[in-house]
Amino acid sequence: MKRTFLGEFEEIVLLVVAGCNEEAYGVTIWERVQESTGRAVSLSAVHATLYRLEEKGFLTSEMGGATAERGGRRKRFFSTTNYGNRALQEINEIRQQLWQAIPADKLQPKLSFS
Amino acid sequence: MAKEPQHHTPPRWVDRLLTIVIAPHFLEDILGDLHEMYAQQARQGSARTARLRYLLASVRYIRPYFIKRKPRSYSPTYIFSPAMIRNYLKISLRTLGKNKAYSFINISGLAMGMAVAILIGLWIYDELSFDRYFKNHDRIAQVWQHQTFNGQIGTQTWLPFPIGDEIRRNYGADFKYVVMASWNNWHILANGDKKFNKSGSYIEPDAPEMFSLRMLRGTRASLKDPYSIMLSETIAKAFFGDADPIDKTMKIDNNLNVKVTGVYEDFPNNTTFRDMSFMMPWQLMVIANPWLKTMEDPWRPNAYQTFVQLIDKGDIDQASARIKDIKKRNINKEQLKYKPDVFLNPMSEWHLFSEFKEGQRVGGRIEFVWLFGTIGVFVLLLACINFMNLSTARSEKRAREVGIRKAVGSVRNQLVMQFFSESFLVVGLAFVLAVVLVTLCLPFFNEVADKKIAMPWSRPEFWAAGIGFSIVTAIIAGSYPAFYLSSFQPVKVLKGTFRAGRFAAVPRKVLVVVQFTVSIILIIGTAVVFRQIQFAKDRPVGYSRNGLISIFTSTPEIHKHFEAVRQDLKSNGAITEMAESGSPTTETWSSTSGFEWKGKDPEQSVDFYYDEVSYDYGKTVGWQFVQGRDFSREFATDSVALVVNETAVKFMGLRNPVDEPMTWFKKPYKIVGVIRDIVVNSPYAPARPQFFCISAGQGNVINLRLNPAASSSKSIEKIKSVFGKYDPGSPFEYEFIDERYARKFSDEVRIGKLTTFFSILAVLISCLGLFGVASFIAEQRTKEIGVRKVLGATVMSVWGLLSRDFVVLVCIAFLIATPGAYYFLNGWLQKYEYHTTISWWIFALTGLGTLLITLLTVSFQAIRAATMNPIRSLRSQ
Repeated sequence: MKRTFLGEFEEIVLLVVAGCNEEAYGVTIWERVQESTGRAVSLSAVHATLYRLEEKGFLTSEMGGATAERGGRRKRFFSTTNYGNRALQEINEIRQQLWQAIPADKLQPKLSFS
Repeated sequence: MAKEPQHHTPPRWVDRLLTIVIAPHFLEDILGDLHEMYAQQARQGSARTARLRYLLASVRYIRPYFIKRKPRSYSPTYIFSPAMIRNYLKISLRTLGKNKAYSFINISGLAMGMAVAILIGLWIYDELSFDRYFKNHDRIAQVWQHQTFNGQIGTQTWLPFPIGDEIRRNYGADFKYVVMASWNNWHILANGDKKFNKSGSYIEPDAPEMFSLRMLRGTRASLKDPYSIMLSETIAKAFFGDADPIDKTMKIDNNLNVKVTGVYEDFPNNTTFRDMSFMMPWQLMVIANPWLKTMEDPWRPNAYQTFVQLIDKGDIDQASARIKDIKKRNINKEQLKYKPDVFLNPMSEWHLFSEFKEGQRVGGRIEFVWLFGTIGVFVLLLACINFMNLSTARSEKRAREVGIRKAVGSVRNQLVMQFFSESFLVVGLAFVLAVVLVTLCLPFFNEVADKKIAMPWSRPEFWAAGIGFSIVTAIIAGSYPAFYLSSFQPVKVLKGTFRAGRFAAVPRKVLVVVQFTVSIILIIGTAVVFRQIQFAKDRPVGYSRNGLISIFTSTPEIHKHFEAVRQDLKSNGAITEMAESGSPTTETWSSTSGFEWKGKDPEQSVDFYYDEVSYDYGKTVGWQFVQGRDFSREFATDSVALVVNETAVKFMGLRNPVDEPMTWFKKPYKIVGVIRDIVVNSPYAPARPQFFCISAGQGNVINLRLNPAASSSKSIEKIKSVFGKYDPGSPFEYEFIDERYARKFSDEVRIGKLTTFFSILAVLISCLGLFGVASFIAEQRTKEIGVRKVLGATVMSVWGLLSRDFVVLVCIAFLIATPGAYYFLNGWLQKYEYHTTISWWIFALTGLGTLLITLLTVSFQAIRAATMNPIRSLRSQ
């Protein structure tokens, strides 16, 4: 496993991009991240993460879809690369393995009456 | 609705800031996203919170990650790498070498302009630093006086003998030093066998301290002893070589024995006292001339100079105001009608600002400084114009080069650098050439301008000015090709659709017009200066200058044996006549008041030139009598006879001047003859009343009329031996009056020579430029000419075609130059009371001459283009 390490926030952003059906760009990703995590996240943090992920090769992007609201500026649509998808799968697999290693009753809420 | 746009757009300044901060490759989508976010929030909540949040969100982008620019995917171009600089220079040299004629015109034209500017700059510097040698130059002043004569206020430096003591006594608090001085006179100095006639002054002992003399031997207190003398370095060397001259005895004018007490460094050439080669104590003059102490009215004769040094922090205007009436308080009533106002003329004004008219300072030599300064600037301008003109003319030719360079990958900045390095190279070469030229010309220039200017090799200001100017010229001249040519689009240029705009030639034409305007003004100026000199030279002088020589005497020997000398020289055929006079014929050193005649207004203040002469003076110099007769030994009463000039008769309003009685300081005199006006002092000034009377004592000058039948060199040998016999103690020195007369014009001749030199250069530079531009235009139109010739144009018509444009330009220049030249020259001529008029033919000749030169210059190119075989010019396509 020689993949680049993914940070927690990076993983979330990557997952959000992967989970988008329509075309994902800065604002939509930002909103989704906030919705799904429930934390307040700054737009600049999302942007920085997106660009970093692109630099690392997990994401790819193309420009398009300018609107008047944006002052005629184009959006940058992100999509996951194969490498990115595989990275997510691998992370998922590792997690699954780890989950399975946990004894079934261990995560049950423990009742104690004493 | 009006609020709507404000509602939806976030603050502009934030965007502007972000545009600067965020790297370009991030900018578009980040800003887009930010705006979208803002729009959403503005829809949901208030605009204010939206703006605030927008601001907060934006601030978070100010971090290294977004600021850092993306590295270029190509390696950068190294515009200033050593390899590129070497390349620029190499290409520049090749370009210069390829167009030899162009390079020659450019470099030599610019070098000439720069050389002229440097020469004039050095000259101006020398003029402005006049008298700065003296340490106290800001506090030294000379006492002058305004006096009213014949209804006009005249200004002079001559003052009465007692004025120095009077100032010291009554106004001593204002002055640190008060120094009386005699005029710089010629004296015979002798030590053993060595005898020289040198000029020096009697001066009071504070002078060395005041003038901060740099003593080589002795101290500045060396004039305290009345029988002492201070020598300048040159004189000391001439007499004593390297030996110590202190305490050696010298003989002055063969009768006064003095001791050398000090040697001072020579006064530099650009000081007022440059001719003062020795100083003698004022006291010695008083001892040698005892009558000074017993004068009947010592305040009447004005014959001495007074220099003062103000106390530290003294105010010159106040001091000047205080001594204003010093003369009026002391002179007798008779003299009061001259209204003598004494004032202080500060040393800083002596050289450049000491011309007075009606008691007001009206300038002086500063006018020459302005004149030459302007000429220098203009000649330099001409050279720079050439440089720019040739660059623009060539630009169209080099457009293709720019296209190819760009097509093979040159960056614009590299082209800019290429063109700049070319212009820097040319200007650099021109500067070096100019410095060489100046070094070569300087001896000649010094001679013409009467200066001793040295190349200021070690002065950083000189180099800073020269190099600074070169850089400015290079940038100005190089900027057109550098920025305009490098902006061409290669596709257009290479396809051949590029055309310089219709107005591309307009600045070039304007420049040609400017050039020729300046040249024409300079030519007309030169012509008028020479006309004026010639006009004054042709003025009837009233006596005969040829074969007239004058010998200045400071010893009494010849006077004692005057008749014997005269008879000896006449009998051996050396001379036809000789006589003594108070001043040389070309000048008059004395003027007098005190004349009374019948019908004179007693209140009128007069000032007549007068001279005391011996019998036969009129015959010697060749007076031209209008009425009456010359002085004659046969009439005993001629000791009180007067010979006057025509102007004097007119001034006094006498009908029958001959035998008219007059009084001179109450003594009766009688006019015996009237002569034609003699030109004395300035040849440009109108004649003034002049009187001659018979002298009772010795004159300053002996005048001799050489025998026209004998050769003058032989006659002078004879005179020398006879003079040597009677006056063995004096060196024999003589002067031809015509040479002395010619010196009156030296200032004007000097201006004439310099302006000639500058106008020739200006015309030459303009023609060089014209030649260059004409050759490029001919080259540009080669094909057109080819086609015209094929269709039947004659050589003449092609010649006309090419020359017409330039002739029109020169005509425009002529039209602009004429009124300007007339205005300036008329102003210049008005300064001379006896002046020529500017006739139309000077303008006509100059215009024709310029046209001719233009045609010659252009025709060379035009005819070459016109006679070219059209096959050759058309074959290339």
